[in-house]
Amino acid sequence: MNDYQMPSWGYWVMGVGLALYLVLLVGYFIKCRGFRRPVFASPYVLWIVIFTVIPVLLVAYFALTDGNGNFTLDNFRDFWDSDYLRRAAISPERAEKLKERGMTLEEYLPPNSSNVDTLIHSIWMAFQCTVICLLLGYPAAHIMADREFKLGATLVVLFMVPMWMNFVLRTYALSELLEEDGLINNILKGVGIGARQLLNTDGAIQLGMVYNYLPFMVFPIYNSLNKMDYKLSEAAMDLGCNKWQTFYKVTLPLSVPGVISGITMVFMPAVTTFAISRMLGGGKTPPLFGDLIEKRFSGSALNWNLGSALSMVMMVLILISLGFLQKADPKGEGGGII
Amino acid sequence: MKKIVSLLCALVLCCAMMPVSGAFAAEEEVAVYNWFDYMDPEVFDLFEQETGIHVVPYYFTTNEEMIVQVQYNPGAYDLVFPSDYIVEKMVRLGMLAEINYDNIPNLVNIDENLLNPDYDPENKYSVPFMWGTLGILYNVTMVEEEVDSWSILWNEKYANRIYMLDSIRDTMGIALKYLGYSMNSTDLFELREASDLLIAQKPIVKAYYVDETKEKMAAGEAALALMWSGDALFAMELNEDLDYVVPQEGSNIWVDPMVIPATAKNKENAEKLINFLCRPDIAQRNCEYIWYSSPNKAAIEAMGEDYTENLTINPSQDIIDRCEFFHDIPEDEFEDFNDEWERVKDAR
Repeated sequence: MNDYQMPSWGYWVMGVGLALYLVLLVGYFIKCRGFRRPVFASPYVLWIVIFTVIPVLLVAYFALTDGNGNFTLDNFRDFWDSDYLRRAAISPERAEKLKERGMTLEEYLPPNSSNVDTLIHSIWMAFQCTVICLLLGYPAAHIMADREFKLGATLVVLFMVPMWMNFVLRTYALSELLEEDGLINNILKGVGIGARQLLNTDGAIQLGMVYNYLPFMVFPIYNSLNKMDYKLSEAAMDLGCNKWQTFYKVTLPLSVPGVISGITMVFMPAVTTFAISRMLGGGKTPPLFGDLIEKRFSGSALNWNLGSALSMVMMVLILISLGFLQKADPKGEGGGII
Repeated sequence: MKKIVSLLCALVLCCAMMPVSGAFAAEEEVAVYNWFDYMDPEVFDLFEQETGIHVVPYYFTTNEEMIVQVQYNPGAYDLVFPSDYIVEKMVRLGMLAEINYDNIPNLVNIDENLLNPDYDPENKYSVPFMWGTLGILYNVTMVEEEVDSWSILWNEKYANRIYMLDSIRDTMGIALKYLGYSMNSTDLFELREASDLLIAQKPIVKAYYVDETKEKMAAGEAALALMWSGDALFAMELNEDLDYVVPQEGSNIWVDPMVIPATAKNKENAEKLINFLCRPDIAQRNCEYIWYSSPNKAAIEAMGEDYTENLTINPSQDIIDRCEFFHDIPEDEFEDFNDEWERVKDAR
């Protein structure tokens, strides 16, 4: 049995941090003789330290150590050569047994790139999801923000209502719809196309992701379109632009911050998801990178060190893409998440 | 100053509340850690009425999750329901307390064949609760040929109409059995053959599920499924087109015993509860609720032909003879077992 636990220094950091925080708080309280603004802000600092800074440090610690707490880079090596750790773990006696039967360890466990392939597959799925959400979400946001469209506010509410329900529940409902004897297949049968395998395919996962993340694309775009000064497009019209030119030259550039924010908010969860692929993939579809990390932490193939290394790779990729996005929206006008 | 006073008051109030919640713990109780849906819920009420001992139930979904919880929360559980090979492991790790059979006179009701098993040779730590087999649940309207071999799960005629279990020991186990090896094999070549076989099967599998299978089979979503006997009976109750068979090549037979962790705080209450669960009328109640095979001779007698003539719940001796128990696989060898299963799951 693997008995992973937080290294003792983790408790030390937390304990010392908490003590320091309390001392500073009391000190400040005495000095100012009462509650001032920074006192009210300080719980958030504590929150960030305990739930963001220390966990990230712990992930980095596990990624860079082996099961015994010694420094190693093997976990990252396993990312490139997916059977590296396993090859190292097979005992010499067992390797000897393999040799007796005419096979070397390298032949039994040849170098392979399944972790990298999974990452590429995940990014590709998330990219598709983002593009579909953008194509569906932009027109929707545009219609909702249209000043002449009376039902805009109603549409906003309609988009929001499903989000009040738990997403696991909604995704399970989706899996019932996609079943062989489900509503969609029955309609297909009725039309004469015939039932087909919808559930447990990449397409089902894609549908689940688009369905769950579409509001995260629509609302940032809606926000940026909604707060846009409509006099600008009126001015463009007055100066001779037709409808398309107005959209292309005025509306679209002004909505870029919203689009950027939408892309971030859809791509990030899509590239790390594992719940949707589990519920709609039935264990049959190729795993996503999120599945790979999840099973190292709570699933069948427990290995916190390797799981942390894979998470680090993911985090670095996300940071890089956030950097690019910040270049495109330097002021964070779309209500960006950084 | 007022603020400080009110803060202090709030603090005192909070502290005052705490012992109140602790006071409830004083009455007699027993903490039970069981599988989801693995006991008639009324049984605990009956036990409370008769003995005045309050039952606090906790639930788990996998053996692996359970063993971690028991290890990291010493004293939290008084009675646990692991699978046979996990009992072997818990005995090896010294996690279990010896049961005092003076407190369990109802042990006489238990079938002697299930006592002194391999996983607990001297029967010091465990009392059987339920047992069952692993086999194929199939829909007679969708399957033409006779089902008596694992090979039907590899028959391309049933592409996308087969459910497999997302459970390492069971699915790897039947692949090993189909190849003629032991379900407890740790030989690298045999494991590789088994995982290759499962990878070859993957394109025709509809999904790998655990809990979903019984309902989906009852709804007629697939033709064949790898299934445990009790879950199979549950589905067969809902859909009369379903049937269950243990293939000729042999399969897994298992026992889920009751054990008391070494750290248990209420050992005597746990023994009282074991004794209660071994009482024929209670054993019958549970058997009729969860549909697994009962180790309780007296309960079986009371159930009569309904039980004895049902081959799924009461397999014949020749079926039992071709089945094999799972054994605990030592950790470093289990890593290989696990990695070969991961190969199957990661295959595209």
